[in-house]
Amino acid sequence: MTNFTQALAPATRTYRDHSQPLWRRILLSREAAVIGATLLVIIVASVSVKAFAKPITATYLLLDIAPILLIALPMTLIIITGEIDLSVASIVGLSSVTLGVLHSNGMPIEAAGLVALIVGAAAGALNGFLITVVGLPSLAVTIGTLALYRGLAVGLLGTKAVTDFTEFWTDLAKSKIGATAIPSVVIPIVILAVIFGVLLHLTPFGRGIYAIGLSAEAARFSGIHVERTKFILFVLSGLISALAGIYYTLRFSSARGDNATGLELSVIAAVLLGGVSIFGGRGSTVGPLAGAVLIGVLASALRLANVTSDVINIITGTLLVASVVATSFLAWLRTKRARPGKKTETLVAAKG
Amino acid sequence: MTALSTAPALGSRVVHGLGAFVKARETGILLALVLVIVAATVKNPNFLFSSDGFRDLLLTPSILLLVAVGQAIVIITRNVDLSVGSVLGLTAYLTGRLFIDVPGIPIVAVFAIGILAGGFLGLINGALVAFAKVPALVITLGTLYAYRGINVLWTGSDRINSSDMPAAFLALGTQSILFIPVLTIIALVVLIAAAWYLRNQRGGRELYAIGSDPVAANLYGLKVTQRLLAAFILCGALAGLAGVLYAARYGTVNSQAGAGYELNAVGAAVIGGVAIFGGSGSVWGAAIGAYLLLTINRALPILGVQDFWQRAVVGALIIGAIVLDRVLALRQARRLVEARGDLQ
Repeated sequence: MTNFTQALAPATRTYRDHSQPLWRRILLSREAAVIGATLLVIIVASVSVKAFAKPITATYLLLDIAPILLIALPMTLIIITGEIDLSVASIVGLSSVTLGVLHSNGMPIEAAGLVALIVGAAAGALNGFLITVVGLPSLAVTIGTLALYRGLAVGLLGTKAVTDFTEFWTDLAKSKIGATAIPSVVIPIVILAVIFGVLLHLTPFGRGIYAIGLSAEAARFSGIHVERTKFILFVLSGLISALAGIYYTLRFSSARGDNATGLELSVIAAVLLGGVSIFGGRGSTVGPLAGAVLIGVLASALRLANVTSDVINIITGTLLVASVVATSFLAWLRTKRARPGKKTETLVAAKG
Repeated sequence: MTALSTAPALGSRVVHGLGAFVKARETGILLALVLVIVAATVKNPNFLFSSDGFRDLLLTPSILLLVAVGQAIVIITRNVDLSVGSVLGLTAYLTGRLFIDVPGIPIVAVFAIGILAGGFLGLINGALVAFAKVPALVITLGTLYAYRGINVLWTGSDRINSSDMPAAFLALGTQSILFIPVLTIIALVVLIAAAWYLRNQRGGRELYAIGSDPVAANLYGLKVTQRLLAAFILCGALAGLAGVLYAARYGTVNSQAGAGYELNAVGAAVIGGVAIFGGSGSVWGAAIGAYLLLTINRALPILGVQDFWQRAVVGALIIGAIVLDRVLALRQARRLVEARGDLQ
């Protein structure tokens, strides 16, 4: 009899995450907050900023943030495993220069682009090798490769720039879908977002990514290939960064060594703003995309309102700090509400 | 076992000290620095032996040395401060503005205000890191943006020119005492003070303790929050001092002054053997790392490498240094395991 009741007991246990209805769980999530903030900014900007509500704003906005949206996808996965990749912007520059140098030497863009992608994947593989095989911290490694890849890019081209790209490709990078205001670059972004979303949320590989972020050791003991997973993610990050580099080059019809300098900061800001925990183990693919759009919308609204681009930097920085501090603050509030007597208890215990 | 008991009897303190010096992680970097200087001097004797060459050799890395010392202190506590370049830029512009807006302000006051301003910006970083319990990487990435934004907003397209600042102040940037530039002397004094504090003082040792295991340090009763705040304030103050000296050295300050210093400072510390995960390394290493980084930059063109490749060399150096550290750490761990086996 006692055995029976004991067996029943776990069934009535409520899990905190599932003790509320689905709509509440979705609406109270971090992603919903970012999407809500984005919509709010769009509405406020449409009403108060002249010329913001025009289709051309949306076109340029999406063209501008396309590289951030692209790189945010693999960056999300990497940060969920608890690692970080600071070298993405340098890989953008390196692939841009590769494309430019090969094309100016007579290689067709298709082939040069393929080589640029391979170079990007190889750059990511070197990161992954140093982190997973040699066992170095990703922060230190990618600070090093941030300098290394950028140095190679600048070294290859010097202060020159390659600008003579085939018009077909540069037009394609700037083209729109049919008669709409949405640029065609959104199509590959959506496809990749779906692929990364499925990979992260619906496959064993993706569950492994979360497990690694929560506890790499526990993940290893439960049979997840921690090193292999991280290596694959860094290669993917290099590959997608190279893709962003090709897009960047064609969009501005210019391959330069210093293309996209500092882009890694915007990408990481977008990912963290989108609710991915810097400690790993928490986040989704939707949040970072919304975060990137939020930063982009804010920037474009302010630019149209004739606020200088420097204020945008301040806002990006403050948003980044505020978003992480808010997470800690909310967690602190929750523990305080959940255990109101905790503080006095410990005090008494300490005195006793 | 015999080796263990006879070694102290044989070794006088001098031999012991010499052995420690040869084995020290910093020695390798020092050797690399000497190698670079020798190679460049063989190619072009003016690199070392002309009076200008000698002065530049000492002078150029002095400002980075200050920033790198601050950075090393923060990294030792298992944090990082990416906002140092922006702090440097802000205080450099502040220095110029003080001379313009407050005519006749004493130079000492400008130094004090610059250091205080830097310390205050560091305090903001430290408070966010220590109280919100958020990784320093994220916080200082944010303030890197924010401080630079404030700087650009304040400066606009304006710039401080050397004619705006008194000659006595600018002379600090180029003057020498006994062939040693004033800037280098300031940097060395700071370096020695910081090294002494970290090695001999309780506060300094606690920074290492916090860096090697923050949780244990807290359980042990160390004032972790207080020490972290102090480390960040110190790092900011040193970046502030570097900003004042930047204005004195270069004479012109625009809104982009000091951009990219954070990478060089972290690079210098890492190359000098300060582990990015805290708890080990010394400010000496960071200082030598700073000298190595900037001396290589100046030596490359002499050695016939186009200066466009400088950043690639910096990157390769950083990676080489951390790989070396990893190999040394693995070897040390293996030796400890063997030693334990011997005892049993």
